[in-house]
Amino acid sequence: MLKALVIDPGKCTGCKQCELACSLEQEGVFNVSKSRIRVFDFHEEARFIPYTCTQCDEAWCQQACPVNAITTTDDGVKVVHDNLCVGCKVCTIACPFGTVNYNASTGKVIKCNMCGGDPACAKICPTDAIVYADVEQAGHSRMEDWAKKTDSGAQATA
Amino acid sequence: MHHVILGAGPAGVVAAETLRKLDSKCKITLVGGEGEPPYSRMAIPYLLSGDIDEGGTYLRHDKTHYDDLDIKYVQANAKSVDSKAKTVALDGAKDLNYDTLLIATGSSPLQPPVKGIDLPGVSTCWTLEDSRNILKTAKKGDSVVLMGAGFIGSIILEALVKMGVKLTVVEMGDRMVPRMMDDTAGNMMKRWCQEQGVTVLTGAKIEEISGDKSGLQVAVSNGDKLDAKLVVVAAGVAPNIDFLKKSGVKTGAGVIVDEHLATSAPDVYAAGDVAEARDLSTGEWDVMAIQPVAVEHGYLAAQNMAGVPTPHQGSLNMNVLDTLGLISSSFGSWQGVKGGESAKLVDEDGFRYLRLEFSGDQLVGGQAVGMTENIGVMRGLIQTGYHLGDWKDKLMKSPQRLTEAYVAASQGVTHV
Repeated sequence: MLKALVIDPGKCTGCKQCELACSLEQEGVFNVSKSRIRVFDFHEEARFIPYTCTQCDEAWCQQACPVNAITTTDDGVKVVHDNLCVGCKVCTIACPFGTVNYNASTGKVIKCNMCGGDPACAKICPTDAIVYADVEQAGHSRMEDWAKKTDSGAQATA
Repeated sequence: MHHVILGAGPAGVVAAETLRKLDSKCKITLVGGEGEPPYSRMAIPYLLSGDIDEGGTYLRHDKTHYDDLDIKYVQANAKSVDSKAKTVALDGAKDLNYDTLLIATGSSPLQPPVKGIDLPGVSTCWTLEDSRNILKTAKKGDSVVLMGAGFIGSIILEALVKMGVKLTVVEMGDRMVPRMMDDTAGNMMKRWCQEQGVTVLTGAKIEEISGDKSGLQVAVSNGDKLDAKLVVVAAGVAPNIDFLKKSGVKTGAGVIVDEHLATSAPDVYAAGDVAEARDLSTGEWDVMAIQPVAVEHGYLAAQNMAGVPTPHQGSLNMNVLDTLGLISSSFGSWQGVKGGESAKLVDEDGFRYLRLEFSGDQLVGGQAVGMTENIGVMRGLIQTGYHLGDWKDKLMKSPQRLTEAYVAASQGVTHV
């Protein structure tokens, strides 16, 4: 069964524990600037919005990669293979969500990889604003709706 | 049904794979002109710098990939096409009959009319064969002259520096990457390169190359006479369309296509660098020789070839470049549009620059130097055409809040 991060911004309190958990899991440090999930604080609106890769179906990053360094796991997760990534950064401009980033210290790109099936952000979230769940749930279909809005026609079957 | 694809770059390979996905029974022949398995020119700089070997440039890494998909790979060059008889004449292989044909023959480097451009020791940097020559000719400490600091020149620049050569770059424009970035950005990049020990001459032209294998002399319009072991020519590229004369396929700058990427000849399509297709920003038909566009075209052309009519709404022009660690990118109408507004953040000392271009409250273009975080949202905002409402005013004051603006617009936290 395909699972995904189902994000409900209405439940987010802006505690940013997800950012800390992500950076620790992915980079081995407590440093929110290295997190692959980011919580946006719209304080004028009193809203917090956790934001990360939606693992889109026909992923722009994956299609744009000139050396096939981004592949899809059985769970539908788009993962970067460091041994193949040459660091050309085409995926970072191709992803319309801006959720593939270049890591200058390694010369490779990084993105959410769902922590190999046990995402740290969802585990730590105290309010269930981030849940690792079946993709059929409403949150994911909303993300797919955004994906369709940025469609150039190239992902007609997405 | 026999689909023939001329050209085994990203457009051709994606088209072949897409055709197979759509039709498990059709016959697919992929024709590539070079001796290696299909590879990516984008990866060549990383081969030169020694980060990867030739295998690392291949578009697909599984050795049996094409066989597994029952895609017949033929190494040959297309000599001519007869769109009435539906045949392709090949140089180096048997002629082919097709039911549908995809022209994805890419582009080739331009050879500017400079005396001595054909001397040994002068090379383009376009193919794996070129990169082997460059690696053979120039060793650590050798002087190298690079003609052109456009997008391709600037990508090669970094690879040459990593090879350890003494580099001089000669660019005709008044700045680096004049067709990708504005003067603030292009001059910032020039200053960055010079601080790293690369000589960058702008507004200068190579007038003559002389000498022989033991050493070349390069005469520059500013009066400089440069010694060089190697001259690398990166003076632009042009679509490979010569073989289409008398084919019945209409050409202009590239192969003329309609919104389904179909050419003027029945059942003949074109994709990638060679196609003159729609630019999303301008609505005009233009050659857009970039990797993401090649992939989009390849995918869409295959859909149409397989009988799944899929119109092309246009591709967004975008580029990203790493010049000795200074990363720059540009998107869409980065030079602005008539009646539009512009927001800029300039940090000359920190080598950081962000410029956003708006039409009303929609983002239509942008460029960034030294800023990479979430940069893809630039594409997201341009391509969706989200109305930014009150966020437009925020961005006019603080362009660096771009990602916030994207999240706000996509999650409905804007007041239009």
